[in-house]
Amino acid sequence: MNRRSFFKNLALSKDSIDIPQKARINALEKFQGTWDKETRLHLLRRTMFGCTPAEYNSVETKSLDEILDILFAGITLPEEPLAYTNSGSITAGNPWVSAAYESGSEPQRLTFLQSWQINIVLKQPMRIHDKMVLFWQNHFATGAIVVKDARYMYKQTTLLYQQSLGNAKDLVRYMLFDLAMSRYLNNNTNTKSNPNENLSRELQELFTIGKGPEIAPGNYTHYTEQDVKAAGRVISGWADNQSKVSLVFTPNNHDTQPKQFSSAYQNTIIKSTANTEISAKTEVDDLLSMIFKQEQTSLYLIRKLYRFFVDYVIDDSVENYVIKPLAEQFRAANFEVKPILRTLLSSTHFYSNTVRNCFIKTPADLIIGTSRFFHPAGLYPEELNLMHWANRTLRRLMGNMGLDIMNPPNVAGIPAYYQEPSFHELWINADTLQKRIKFTNDLSIDHLQLDEMDYTKGPLIDVIQFAKDSGDPTDPTVIVNYWCDWLFSMPISETVKNQVKDFLTAGSPDYEWTVKWNVYIADEANTPQDAAIVSAVEKPLRNLIKYLLAMAEYQLI
Amino acid sequence: MKRRSFLQTIASVSAISPLIINGFNVKAFEPTNLFTLAGAIDCDDRVLVLIQLNGGNDGLNTIIPVDQYSQYYAARTSIAVPENTIIKLSDTTGINPEMTGMKSLFDQGKLKVLHSVGYPTPNYSHFRSTDIWLSGSDTEEYFNTGVMGRYLDYRFPGYPSTYPNASMSDPLAIQIGSVLSTGFEGPHANMAMAFTDPTSFYNIVNEKDITDTSSRSGLELAYIRKVGEQLNNFAKPVKNAALKVPKNVSSLYPAHTFNTPNPLSEQLKIVARLIAGGLKTKIYMVNLSGFDTHSSTTNVGFGVNVNHANLLKQLSTAITAFMDDCKLLGIQDKVLGMTFSEFGRRIKSNGTGTDHGAAGPVFLFGNSVIPGFLGTNPIIPDNVSSEDNIPMQTDFRSLYSSLLTQWFCVPQKDIPTVTLHNYANNLPILQGISNSVKHESLNPLSLQLSLFPNPILHQSQLQIQTVYPIADIVLYDRTGKLMSTISGYIPEGNHTLLFERVGLSAGQYYLQARLINGYTQSIIVNIQ
Repeated sequence: MNRRSFFKNLALSKDSIDIPQKARINALEKFQGTWDKETRLHLLRRTMFGCTPAEYNSVETKSLDEILDILFAGITLPEEPLAYTNSGSITAGNPWVSAAYESGSEPQRLTFLQSWQINIVLKQPMRIHDKMVLFWQNHFATGAIVVKDARYMYKQTTLLYQQSLGNAKDLVRYMLFDLAMSRYLNNNTNTKSNPNENLSRELQELFTIGKGPEIAPGNYTHYTEQDVKAAGRVISGWADNQSKVSLVFTPNNHDTQPKQFSSAYQNTIIKSTANTEISAKTEVDDLLSMIFKQEQTSLYLIRKLYRFFVDYVIDDSVENYVIKPLAEQFRAANFEVKPILRTLLSSTHFYSNTVRNCFIKTPADLIIGTSRFFHPAGLYPEELNLMHWANRTLRRLMGNMGLDIMNPPNVAGIPAYYQEPSFHELWINADTLQKRIKFTNDLSIDHLQLDEMDYTKGPLIDVIQFAKDSGDPTDPTVIVNYWCDWLFSMPISETVKNQVKDFLTAGSPDYEWTVKWNVYIADEANTPQDAAIVSAVEKPLRNLIKYLLAMAEYQLI
Repeated sequence: MKRRSFLQTIASVSAISPLIINGFNVKAFEPTNLFTLAGAIDCDDRVLVLIQLNGGNDGLNTIIPVDQYSQYYAARTSIAVPENTIIKLSDTTGINPEMTGMKSLFDQGKLKVLHSVGYPTPNYSHFRSTDIWLSGSDTEEYFNTGVMGRYLDYRFPGYPSTYPNASMSDPLAIQIGSVLSTGFEGPHANMAMAFTDPTSFYNIVNEKDITDTSSRSGLELAYIRKVGEQLNNFAKPVKNAALKVPKNVSSLYPAHTFNTPNPLSEQLKIVARLIAGGLKTKIYMVNLSGFDTHSSTTNVGFGVNVNHANLLKQLSTAITAFMDDCKLLGIQDKVLGMTFSEFGRRIKSNGTGTDHGAAGPVFLFGNSVIPGFLGTNPIIPDNVSSEDNIPMQTDFRSLYSSLLTQWFCVPQKDIPTVTLHNYANNLPILQGISNSVKHESLNPLSLQLSLFPNPILHQSQLQIQTVYPIADIVLYDRTGKLMSTISGYIPEGNHTLLFERVGLSAGQYYLQARLINGYTQSIIVNIQ
């Protein structure tokens, strides 16, 4: 078989599904359609980790702009993480990020830090920042167990919280001087005599301009191997000082010779004016100006944001009508993130049917979103130690599903965010689907097993309360409708709703459920309640919620 | 063939032949006696176990050229393995001292070491190079499918819609872990199934509701349902197989603990049980991460310090235990294992580590391998610069083609369909190949190359004395990039070739000649 025609067939079979063009001209124009509940929830679910009825109700009367104002409002930075248990010289309940490094307590401190971030997102107010931090954490993927100093990771995470909606160019500059990044990509060993290209390469391949087709050996269209070497020399001479917890410049380790870049960067030459820290920083500014001047940098970053908030499929129409104009706006706004994100999230395209309900929940959307939605008491304990175990468990579960915060699989971050052509589908395979369903099963019926805790007392969804929230729990149809409305972003057919109602009625007429419920209510004030009466309503409700949460629809927003 | 007429047929510096690359295109391999393996395992019963070493394994600290120890030491003093600790596999080649288990497999004839496996134009990005290895593409080609995915689609057409069925009731391929490799991406679906625990599966809600696959939303919904369906279909045979062999038998498996993790061994334990339990699954994939050793210590696993040597120890211990287990479970003849990594690393050390490099060693293990080496130690030049790489001796696509034919019995004519290339499938790697010359019987005198004058100003004469036919002669630059093919097949005997410098800029190059049995020899060429 002719190889070329074989490729063609291959390409066709992979992309043969006929999806009409996703975006239209003027896709970025402001959304003028009906601003109803589903539309509001679309925005809230894509920008926060789940959305509770109470949260929704608080913005029910608000316009698109008003809701965006809330989501984008300035934030107060999270408080310092504490030692959840005694750890080395730090006693439980005390901060440790300003204390000296202790190698023995390092693994424990990292778990404190991860729990701290889980705790922040579990209690997130209505804001976009928590999701943006996750975006940047993946974009500037840094592996904590390589960095080996949780204080460095803390600094990076706080910085990302501070700057999550700030300026992308500034953020890249911060990362070039970030302690954790310096260690993770070995720039702390990048010296004049022993160049290390690692950070320089990823700066271009992953953080800014992205790799184009390799049109000649070592020439990736947007940059070349020469540029990797040249940029590496620009950022040479900086190393972390662990006792000072700061980055230190050593003039003798900095390469002061002129750095010649390739024609991909218009043959730019970056020169050192003096062998000083100030001059070396100016060189980095020149480097970033050179990189950000290239159109590809804004296109690369905008595509990544689009995939994070909208959909991973970028066809020609999206490229032309969404990515390109937004990238232009990004350049005009000098790489400020807030305005372009606002444009995207107010756009006609963002609310169009083509991109609704097609976003596979990340493990964070699923785990944090579900936890926030049902707010089971066991996941929100007051006591510090218990809080740690609850947070740690959720972190572990997310990690097992492919999103381990502060532990990316490699420098590119998580494959679901970058791996063509499957992207988000990589979140779901036979292994992770089971883990997702086990998580919701446990919360529905089996008790979620928290690390180091008594299994039988693990958290459960309060199904009785959720049934009452429906307004008329005596009517099984009302319960099913209300639950489906809140659990799924897409409509559920009447056929399915009728089928699942059977969990409550067991095939009998609806009033059988009404009778059971009324018996339950009559008994509710008694202490203790009658176990058989409770079970008669609780068990069917648990089976119903378990089934609904295991439906494929629950994995989409 | 007369020498004169032969010489006329070869261009001095020609473009790479697009037809058959990195193989032995003359007297091409006729797979007639191929499948007469000891134990005569039916093609359909053979299993391939792939071990991916994520991050780029430092090949020079894995398989060490002890014949050039002083150059090796000079190039990477800070990370060099001390000479007196290196375990020798031969007079010229050693293995990392942590890999005692693999040394004994080598001695038992169950391990083959392939020197310098790579591709012609190295790419230094983890992701791109991983894509290249898994998809089998050229550096400048982009495939949406993986080489294993294409093989499985060729072998099991129609998957996934008509599977499982009577002829294949088991998963086609299994990935132990939570991430499915892109290497299993087929034209229609990912062909593998991923899981971490073969004994506990969830029954997934089987929704019959119609999905509208003309919308993005409907497509993703259909995708998730499909995964659930696949899980329901294949969970039972997997679970049954695992329960049939509830425990591993070998006592050599290391404990997997917080302080001494060995995640690879845990994965291979599952693989051994599933094969012994009777699964007809063709390919298993497992992996070990942490090989991106830019500096000496890298933390992986449970979060303890693990350096390169320790990773090699994990690898060696895990493979040794797995092989022992396979023997005790009676499945040793049907299993072939292979390690690979997206690239090797630079020759020169950089502080306490190394940067991303080019070719590196591959291990093949199993009862069916032709023991010993394929290829020869790479040359470590004097005055190594940070740009210097190890050029490939064997193209990984040729290795794939050879495995497909020699292990999975894919006929020569179908190789291009599966690999999308036409690399030779006759590397002497597995037993049963007729006419293969045992590599061990060779020594440098079997093939003698001399170039005069060297340095070359305009042209030189390449004198060749060989007792076996030469497959090809190629030229690499010092970064490991293939510059040109100087000659294809040359019969045994004495020959003289005219070498012209056409198109080559001044500098050092490697000229590499390869015998049809895989033995290679290189000389350094200086162009003035």
